Amino acid sequence: MSEPEVARQAVEAAYHGRARRFVALVRKESYQIVRDPSSILIAFVLPIILLFIFGYGVSLDATRTRVGLVVESTTSITQSLAASFQASPYFEVINGHDRREFEQDLVTGGVYGIIVIPSTFANDFAASDAPKIQVIVDGSDPNTASFVQSYAQGVVATWTALQGAETTGGAPIIAVNQRFWFNAELISRDFLVPGAIAIVMTLVGTLLTSLVIAREWERGTMEAMMATPVTAAELLAGKILPYFVLGLASMTLCVLLAVFLFGVPFRGSLLALYTLSATFLIPALGQGLLISALTKNQFLASQIAITTAFMPAFLLSGFLFEINSMPRMIQWITMIVPARYLIPSLQTVFLAGDIWSMFLPAIAIMLLIGAALFAMAARNTRKRIG
Amino acid sequence: MRWMRIKALIIKEFLALLRDPRGRAVLIGPPIIQLFIFAYAATLEVTNVDVMVLNRDAGSWGEELLHRIEGAPTFRTVAHAQGPEAVRDAIDTQRVIAAVQIGPSFSRDIEAGLPTDIEVILDGRKSNASQIVGGYLDEIVTGLAADTPVGQRLASAAIDIVPRNWFNPNLIYQWFMVPNLIASIALVIGLIVTALSIARERELGTLDQLMVSPLRTSEIILGKLTPPMIIGLFNITLYILAAVFFFEVPLRGSLLFLYGGAIFYLAAVVGVGLFISAMAMTQQQAILGAFLFMVPAMLLSGFATPIDNMPRWLQPVTLINPLRYFLVIVNGVFLRDLPIGEVVKNAVPLALIAMGTLSAAAWLFRRRLE
Repeated sequence: MSEPEVARQAVEAAYHGRARRFVALVRKESYQIVRDPSSILIAFVLPIILLFIFGYGVSLDATRTRVGLVVESTTSITQSLAASFQASPYFEVINGHDRREFEQDLVTGGVYGIIVIPSTFANDFAASDAPKIQVIVDGSDPNTASFVQSYAQGVVATWTALQGAETTGGAPIIAVNQRFWFNAELISRDFLVPGAIAIVMTLVGTLLTSLVIAREWERGTMEAMMATPVTAAELLAGKILPYFVLGLASMTLCVLLAVFLFGVPFRGSLLALYTLSATFLIPALGQGLLISALTKNQFLASQIAITTAFMPAFLLSGFLFEINSMPRMIQWITMIVPARYLIPSLQTVFLAGDIWSMFLPAIAIMLLIGAALFAMAARNTRKRIG
Repeated sequence: MRWMRIKALIIKEFLALLRDPRGRAVLIGPPIIQLFIFAYAATLEVTNVDVMVLNRDAGSWGEELLHRIEGAPTFRTVAHAQGPEAVRDAIDTQRVIAAVQIGPSFSRDIEAGLPTDIEVILDGRKSNASQIVGGYLDEIVTGLAADTPVGQRLASAAIDIVPRNWFNPNLIYQWFMVPNLIASIALVIGLIVTALSIARERELGTLDQLMVSPLRTSEIILGKLTPPMIIGLFNITLYILAAVFFFEVPLRGSLLFLYGGAIFYLAAVVGVGLFISAMAMTQQQAILGAFLFMVPAMLLSGFATPIDNMPRWLQPVTLINPLRYFLVIVNGVFLRDLPIGEVVKNAVPLALIAMGTLSAAAWLFRRRLE
């Protein structure tokens, strides 16, 4: 055997050895996932629950808010206005004649508002002398309060237009035709689902990964692994690859449920969906690694993962709350929340289609955050060992 | 003798939680950070958004509408579009959330006293925020309509709606958010601390030592539930102080009711946590199990959306959710001076949940040993 041949074989053997080691690591980690019911719970059962809640339970669309309607004196004109409130699809009306009947209910949450048509209303209206009605709402829930106020305004405006139909033809002076692109019927499920996907991938990528690796540190098996010929990079890659696949599998389940069970439109391409999701998992896994390397303790890891990954994915991602409306300092914090870049892009993939001019910058930033997190994780892993 | 035993266990549990300085920090730090960041972040007000106007009207009314939109404090920038392609592109890439299109006959129609219209295109991907923006634009247009010649003629007949916001006259969002966060954050920390307590001993193998001690199951449960409850009350106290002195949320009701409610709430949360812990074989299972309970509990509590808005068949599910009851107490006591009857009405289900979950935890704990 010639010398170069030996060298070549040695290199090949080393290469095979390395590949074998890596495959073995991945296999070990995969068994661990399959064997522990809790990772299956978080990757497959939680997404199903979340999608069902978003599909059926949590809709941000207000429906039939309970209000008390007080008609202080009954005339044909107040009856007609009251009938408009009763017919409104937005209100579940309880009738009364004195606002005091409802004041206690407003304190205990029995009604969200009281609409008062005062005794002077009929005369003022007939005389065109600035007729007034009063809308009292429970301000302790500002959201529902403003819904009630604006729906009451809508009912009154429609009623006024009908009353004035003889003089003005019933048409408003300037009509505003609102058109909601991409989600014409404003189904909140359709934009909540991408948020749910981001949350589930955050849980798999960051929380689950940080727990699994923190446990290895806790038990000392991480150090044991370090003592084997496996390099630190191989070890970390072998650990996170199965969770990367698990995250994508969990995302796929979400998408299948969303599209086939809940009828959420899917107007973009699978390529865009998988590219965005796979990119998102890089910072998510990097964060999980970093947390476990820093804490080496499952309780600490869980608390830090909740504060820095789960809650931000919920609240600082633009999923429920508009980032532009947050105070400047909080807006800066959202810049390093990977979910902030994923969610608008996913919403676009589902509802609008492929808009790569929007996806590419998002992908670039997620990669950047991911690279930074991995670099920090690698530094901390090495330092602790050395 | 019996109390000595329980006391020893409580002290041991406290040490397990507080011995490590990082463990101490994590019980206080993240919850406080969460309170402050989320109180500021979670707002359903929409401000600082970018909109676009495509004005094809040559007259003064289109110009006037444009000025009024530019003058509204809600909008950060108002871009001028040259054509519909610019509108499509800006909405597609989310550079603007809404685009107003004013047609060529807008001023002419208004001067002639004819009804006219404008078109508002909104980004349905953010349907919540865009609905609110749509509302703002409606208001601006209504204001403009009232100033047109026809509008001025009709003004005397217009109905004036007098709004009154009880309990929170300026609808300050934090007055709603901070009390809600007190309840939610206490759930997160309380649940995870307790979920880990038995699971950790099982994983480390110290549970067997505990079992051969003279402690009875009920004593172990009592020893395990006391420290998290005290930590929970300590955290809630911190939050109440922050709510009153930092966020200046008015505390109109009785502090006694608030603490009374908090004790029942924490007992229920700790009960759920111990139940999960008794079921889990490892710490990982315990934490993830806690999540599996926590996420739906937060979404189905009435915090994000009123329970009345949920479908009828789902509403009974919320009956076993401790957060649902404590939210009523904490919001009610803070802002509405909730009467004792209502506090009791919400504390009783909490007590039932606590009893149910604690007995289930004790039963499971005993069964797992056999």
